[in-house]
Amino acid sequence: MAEKVLLVDDEKDFLELMAERMRARDLEVTTTDSATEALKLAEKGGFDAIVMDLMMPEMDGLEALKRLKEKNPDLQIILLTGYATVEKGIQAMKLGAMDFMEKPADLKLLAEKIKKAKARKMILVEKHNEERIKKILTSKSW
Amino acid sequence: MADKLGPLGWMGVQFFGRMSASISHEIKNVLAIINENAGLLEDLALMAGKGVPLDPERLERVARGLMKQVQRADVIVKNMNKFAHSVDDFEKSVDLQDLLSVVVRLALRFADMRRVTLNLLPASAPVAVTTRPFLLENLLWCCLDFAMDQAGSGGTVTIGMEKTVDGARVTFSGLGDAEARTFPSQEERLLAEALAARTELDVEGGRLRLILSEANPGGTA
Repeated sequence: MAEKVLLVDDEKDFLELMAERMRARDLEVTTTDSATEALKLAEKGGFDAIVMDLMMPEMDGLEALKRLKEKNPDLQIILLTGYATVEKGIQAMKLGAMDFMEKPADLKLLAEKIKKAKARKMILVEKHNEERIKKILTSKSW
Repeated sequence: MADKLGPLGWMGVQFFGRMSASISHEIKNVLAIINENAGLLEDLALMAGKGVPLDPERLERVARGLMKQVQRADVIVKNMNKFAHSVDDFEKSVDLQDLLSVVVRLALRFADMRRVTLNLLPASAPVAVTTRPFLLENLLWCCLDFAMDQAGSGGTVTIGMEKTVDGARVTFSGLGDAEARTFPSQEERLLAEALAARTELDVEGGRLRLILSEANPGGTA
């Protein structure tokens, strides 16, 4: 099954090109140029990975990352940035980003990270299911 | 370090650094798009190798996309070059419209981030100013930064200039009634003094004026 990706960047040309190339690699891509819209789309769920620019109007990537993680800690978020600094990278990882990549990004590497994100998400889903079953088993007096 | 440079020197270094970081970010964005266009060409070549016919219109679109980014980078780099050369002479005669264009161009990315539109009005006649170019750019940036903050998201800051009897005036209008920070700050006031300039904030009219007087240094020619 294709990995579902939400791609967020305020550079429309970048967004269109990256999405086209990802789709050619059989990824299922949804795009938005607004961080606010990204929060709404992520809330609907179903994404294996969110690939997001660090610098965006209205809300920067770190703030968006924080809000996304507050709503769903299991989200796998990869941040893209024009200027990768160690400090920003550490900040992003502390806030729960799965990874941090510098622009121009290598799509092959990014696609690998997206695959890894899907695998991580599936492990988390399985873990949650196990916990749910365990909780049902222990709470019912069968 | 700030102690030895003095407040104006430190302010200048910070201004130069902030603008350089913004320019490098803009160039990185351009490179990222060029990279994706090149990647797309590679994808198309790979597909052609597998027998998928090449669509000339698709190739033309990629070429147009590349040209657009090259032109964009050219504008960024030309402006960066003008900005870098503004420290060549401590004091000289400049065209105020030209100098203001450099600052507005530098501020565009900051405006985009705040969802503010900048509208630079052309001067009706050339306004020659004998000034300290880099210091004036710094002060114009301070005014613009404050004006953008005041305009808020969705706002438009209009920048106009005119020659006055004893100098020149730059007006920033479209300032909203958002909670104002203190303007000018102590450092900004020092900067204005070094240019023989002063600022006038008209809160009700939503306007900020920068008045350059003929008194040297920083007077008009």
